[in-house]
Amino acid sequence: MNHSNHVVSTAITAESIADSSVVASEAVAQYALGLGDDALVLAHQLGEWIANAPELEEDVALGNIGLDLLGHARSLLTYAGTAWDKSEDDLAYFRGEAEYRSRQLFEQPNGDFATTIARQLIASVYFVALYRALSLSADTTLAAIAAKAVKEVDYHVDHSAQWLERLGLGTDYSHERMQQGLDAMWPFVDELFRADPFAADLEGVAVDPEPLRAAFDAKVPRLIVDAGLTVPTVSPAQGGGRLGRHSESLGPMLAEMQVLARAHPGANW
Amino acid sequence: MTAVQPALPEEKSAEGSVDQRREFDRLIDADMRIEPRDWMPDAYRKTLIRQISQHAHSEIIGMQPEGNWITRAPSLKRKAILMAKVQDEAGHGLYLYSAAQTLGIDRETMFEQLVTGAAKYSSIFNYTTPTWADMGSIGWLVDGAAICNQVPLCRASYGPYGRAMTRICKEESFHQRQGFEILLELMRGTDAQKAMAQESVNRWYAPALMMFGPPDEDSPNSQRSMAWKIKRFSNDDLRQRFVDMLVPQAEVLGITLPDPDIKWNEERGHYDFGPLDWDEFYEVLAGRGQANAVRVARRKKAHEDGAWVREAARACADAQAAERMAS
Repeated sequence: MNHSNHVVSTAITAESIADSSVVASEAVAQYALGLGDDALVLAHQLGEWIANAPELEEDVALGNIGLDLLGHARSLLTYAGTAWDKSEDDLAYFRGEAEYRSRQLFEQPNGDFATTIARQLIASVYFVALYRALSLSADTTLAAIAAKAVKEVDYHVDHSAQWLERLGLGTDYSHERMQQGLDAMWPFVDELFRADPFAADLEGVAVDPEPLRAAFDAKVPRLIVDAGLTVPTVSPAQGGGRLGRHSESLGPMLAEMQVLARAHPGANW
Repeated sequence: MTAVQPALPEEKSAEGSVDQRREFDRLIDADMRIEPRDWMPDAYRKTLIRQISQHAHSEIIGMQPEGNWITRAPSLKRKAILMAKVQDEAGHGLYLYSAAQTLGIDRETMFEQLVTGAAKYSSIFNYTTPTWADMGSIGWLVDGAAICNQVPLCRASYGPYGRAMTRICKEESFHQRQGFEILLELMRGTDAQKAMAQESVNRWYAPALMMFGPPDEDSPNSQRSMAWKIKRFSNDDLRQRFVDMLVPQAEVLGITLPDPDIKWNEERGHYDFGPLDWDEFYEVLAGRGQANAVRVARRKKAHEDGAWVREAARACADAQAAERMAS
């Protein structure tokens, strides 16, 4: 292992990583990049809800969840960047679509509120399992990022699960929308639990996603059934996000996200 | 915010007994707080509802011009700060709606008043945000003006309003600082960034000064609000205070305030400044600004698009309550 272990902090942030002398190994950086992209792409899309949510409380809640995820993304991308002397912004704003590693669930557009809740429920339950395992990583920086993140994503599960129940049991119309939201997001569940090509050589450091599926299967279908809804039986999508194969929505999303930074290369903000 | 049950006005007591009126006056004179269950004159209640709901609407509509840049913020740190700031504004709207609710008006009614135009919000949010530097100008100038307006409101005689404002002001000073930092970073940057900052300040300076409202001689509601200690300083006093604060900050930024008449007046101990274009102010107020219709339509759309979600939440809560009753 070629990484140093200087960052051990309960309140790890992108800034504290950037200010430390910690340097990720090439392999760890490649792995962290994928996780960072997942969080960033989802955070960006949740930001679109602010000022557009069904009630003010949800402007605040979805904004909070987005901010937590953006915090995770910033830490992971900053850490990845230490391997290549790049900043979080170099990685976020100056990589093209094919260089992004996000898995496709996170790229799915917001859709209506039910679609967002379906996406967030799946994502949050996955994140809890992932970060819980990653908090035991031999890489202390990844472990610290995950230990901080796991507390936050745990709360995100509660938020989505409560809305799943409200929409599932609320009115006929909300029930139908929620079911459609689940059906639309379900094809992207499988990819989350497929082997991560950048985790392969990092035993004890990276998390193998395949065994995390059990925790997901033990929780999400039961929540769906308890909300009076049906666990979708749709075919899984092909995936390939980690290898740069993305949904068509990622390109426009990145174009918007990167437009100002790219108009002023080298500028500080 | 303290959670207080709405105290609905009792029809009969609108005029109040001699004792009630005397007690109200005593509390005001002694700089003490009026609380939701205290008797208060109808006009005081109405003035407060108008002012607090207008303030709440301003926070909510004010999310839009800044929300415009969340997806395009040029660094992840700025994106995080902007998301937190716009989200704070939703929180401020919530405290203020709650404060207004203690006076006997509900949120749905206030929302109706906003989308029908019966209630106003601060005209400043009808200006658009074409550049990133506008995030700096809004923080520095618009939030700066808001702070000058709002700090005295922390001592407003109506308890729930004063307490909501105390919390809001703490967050607003962070907002102003981050706006200043955005401009500072731009002014230390490339020529294009400097030009972006200056151009933005040129657009926002005068509208920010007009946020304090018309000159005192043209502001009929101010006198009574001051007597009731809802408002503590006149529009012109607050505007002067704001200009006095801005001039040295502009020097630190290296930005030129777009008013050639700004000059230190030794005798007054204040900066003199040039006349403002009040015709423009009244034009925007009358609905002929850059984005009046767009702002209200957008709020209406978010509300209407979310109707089925709120309905589902209510239906689910009702069903669960019925279930608890039955068991």
